Amino acid sequence: MTPTANISTLNRLDPGDCGTILALDAGEELYQRLVALGLRIGNSVRMLRRARFGGPLHIRVGTTELMLRVREARCIRIAHDTATDPSV
Amino acid sequence: MIGMPNTGKSTLFNRLTGAHAKVGNWPGLTVDLLSARLIIGDQVIQLVDLPGIYDLNGYSEDEKVVTTFLAQNHIDLALVVLNASQIDRQLALLGQIMRLGLPIVLVLNMVDEAAALGITIDAGGLSAKLGIPVCLLSAKYGQGVEQLQPVMRGVLGKKPTARATGVGAVSLDERQLEACVKSCVSVPAQASHALTEKIDRILLHPWLGLPIFFGVMFLLFEVVFVLGKPIQDAMAWGFTAVRSEALEPALAGLPIVLKGLMLDGVYNGLSTVASFVPIIVLFFLCMGIVEDAGYLSRAAFLMDALMARFGLDGRSFVMVLMGFGCNVPALMGTRVIRSRGLRLLTMLVIPLSLCSARMQVFVFFIAALFSAEAAPLVLFSLYVMSILTAMLTSLLFKRRYINTDPFVLEMPPYRFPTLRQIILRGWHEVGHFMRRATRFIVAGVVLVWLLTNFPQGATPGGVDTWAGQIGALLNPVLSPLGIDPKLTIALIFGFVAKEIVIGSLAVIYNMEGSALVSTIAHQIDWIQAYSFMLFTLIYTPCLSTIATIRTESKSKAFSALAIVWPLGLAWIVSFLFYQIARHLAA
Repeated sequence: MTPTANISTLNRLDPGDCGTILALDAGEELYQRLVALGLRIGNSVRMLRRARFGGPLHIRVGTTELMLRVREARCIRIAHDTATDPSV
Repeated sequence: MIGMPNTGKSTLFNRLTGAHAKVGNWPGLTVDLLSARLIIGDQVIQLVDLPGIYDLNGYSEDEKVVTTFLAQNHIDLALVVLNASQIDRQLALLGQIMRLGLPIVLVLNMVDEAAALGITIDAGGLSAKLGIPVCLLSAKYGQGVEQLQPVMRGVLGKKPTARATGVGAVSLDERQLEACVKSCVSVPAQASHALTEKIDRILLHPWLGLPIFFGVMFLLFEVVFVLGKPIQDAMAWGFTAVRSEALEPALAGLPIVLKGLMLDGVYNGLSTVASFVPIIVLFFLCMGIVEDAGYLSRAAFLMDALMARFGLDGRSFVMVLMGFGCNVPALMGTRVIRSRGLRLLTMLVIPLSLCSARMQVFVFFIAALFSAEAAPLVLFSLYVMSILTAMLTSLLFKRRYINTDPFVLEMPPYRFPTLRQIILRGWHEVGHFMRRATRFIVAGVVLVWLLTNFPQGATPGGVDTWAGQIGALLNPVLSPLGIDPKLTIALIFGFVAKEIVIGSLAVIYNMEGSALVSTIAHQIDWIQAYSFMLFTLIYTPCLSTIATIRTESKSKAFSALAIVWPLGLAWIVSFLFYQIARHLAA
C-alpha cells in the first residue's frame, strides 16, 4: 500500500478508494469544522459512496462517518492511495 | 454540560435529570436551553444542556450560544461529554474548554460502542495525565452513570477559590493532548461498524435507497396521522361532552355574552391546544426513533441532490413531508436543523404543505361543486399547487435565508433507540408546546369569537358582525378572486383552524348538512370554489401554526413574514386563477 504522488481532491475519489489528506483549502469556518470532524492533514479518508444525481459524498475518517457536499470535498486536497485495501 | 453533537449529551442529561427538566429562556440567547435542578451532596445545582458544538471559537449559531452562555453565567463545573469511540478527534474541544480555567469533569460516553469497535481506554491514566476526573459510561444503557454523581460532588465540594484557578487541570496544547490519547487509548487499525456498513449497503443503495426512503416516510406518516386521528377525535368528543354535560349547565346562570366568551372563546381555545397533543406526542415518538436510529442523516444523504437546488436539505424535506399531516409538529421538528438560515427557510415552506385539516375543507367544497369523476383530479391538483408554492417560496427566499453552516454532517452508526429516551422527548416537546402556545392560541380564538359575535345583537357569524363588516371592507380586494363577503367570514374563521371552516359555514349561512351544500352550490360556481380553495390552501394555515412559528423562530419579523408572504401569494394565485378562468369560460 504505497501512496503515489497522485494528488487530487477528495471529490474525485472513487467509492472504495482511500486517500491521505494533504491540505485543506478552506476558509476558517469550514477549516475548523473539517478538523473538528477528524479531517486533519495526514489522516486517511475512505470514500464509501456517492449519492446519485451529483449528491453528497459518504466518507469515513478514523471511526467517524461523514457526508459532505461536493463543493466542500473540493477543498480537501488528498494523495490518492492507489493500492486497493483488502478490507473493501 | 458541553460537548460535540452526536455524543449522547442529551441522553446523559435525561439520565441525570429524568422528566424534571424544563425548557427555558436565557438572556441574550436565540435558542431555548433545557435545564434542571439537581441535588449533588449538600448542594443544589442547576444543570444546563448546552447545544452540541464542534469548536469553542466557531462561527455557527450554536457555538455563539455556548460562548455567550459561558461568558454570562457563573459556571461551577463543566461536564464535558465526548464520544469515547471518537476521542481522538474530540479531545481538541476539551483542550479549548480546559484553557478557560473551569473546573472540569470529563465524561467519555458510548463506551458500549467503543468496546464493540475494540477501542480500549485507560481512564485512570487519562485522568492523571489531564489532571481532571474522567468517567467512562454509557448514558443510553445507564452503565457507569452512578459513578458520575460522587465525582461531581468531589469537584463541586472543593473551595471556590481553589476551583476558580482550575486546580489540578493542566493546560495542554494540541500535541500534548494527542500524546495523552496515544498513550491511554488504543484503537484497532480497522475500526468500523460492520453492521452499519451492511445496513447502509441496502438503505443507501443507488437504486433501492430512494424507494425505501419513501416507504419509510409513508409508514411514518401513516403511524403519526392515521393513528393520531382517532385519538384526536376521541379527545374532541371528550371536550364536547365536558362542555355540554358539565360546563353549559354550570354556566347557565351567567349572562349570555360572558357564557359565550367562556365557552366559545376560552374553552374552545384550550381544546384547540389539547387537540394537538396526541399528534405531537406521536410525531416525536416516530421522529425520535428515526433520529436516534441514525436514519435522519441517511434521509439527508439521499435527498440532498434535489433539495440543495432549493436551498434546503434532506432533513428539511422530511419535515415538509410531515407537514402534509400537520404543520405544527413539523415546524417543531425543524429544531434538528442547526443552521438558522436553513431552519427559517424550512419553516417558511412547511405551512404551504396541504395538511389534513385543509383537506377537510377541500373535500367539502369538491363534493359540493364537482362531479365524482372530477373530484380526485381536483384534489390532486391542489396537492400539486401545494408543492409548487413550496418550491417557489424556497427558490425566492433561498438567497435571504442562506445556509451558513458548512454542509458536513456526521453519519452516526445505526443504533437501537431506547424507549425511555423517546418517551422523555415526546413529554418535553408537548410541555414545550403547551407552555408556549396556549396563551397565544386562546387569545386568538377569543379574538375571532369577538369578531364574529359582536356588535351586540348581531347574528353570530352573520354579515352584520365585525367580521362581516371586515368582509365587506375587504370586498374590493377579494371580489376579484371571486370570494364573496360570506366566504370572507369563513376565511376569518379559518385563521383559527381549518377544522372549523365547515362548521362556520353552517353558522354563516344558517343551515346545515345537505341544505348547506346545495345553497353553496347555488350561490357560487366551481371557479369561485376553486379560487376559494386555492386561497385556503396557501394563506395562513392556522393560529397554532403561527404560534409555533413565533415560539420556534423567536423572531417577530420572521413570524410577520410567515403570515404576510403566504397571504400575498394566496391572493396572487387566486387572482390569476379566477381572472384567467373567467376569461376562458366567457
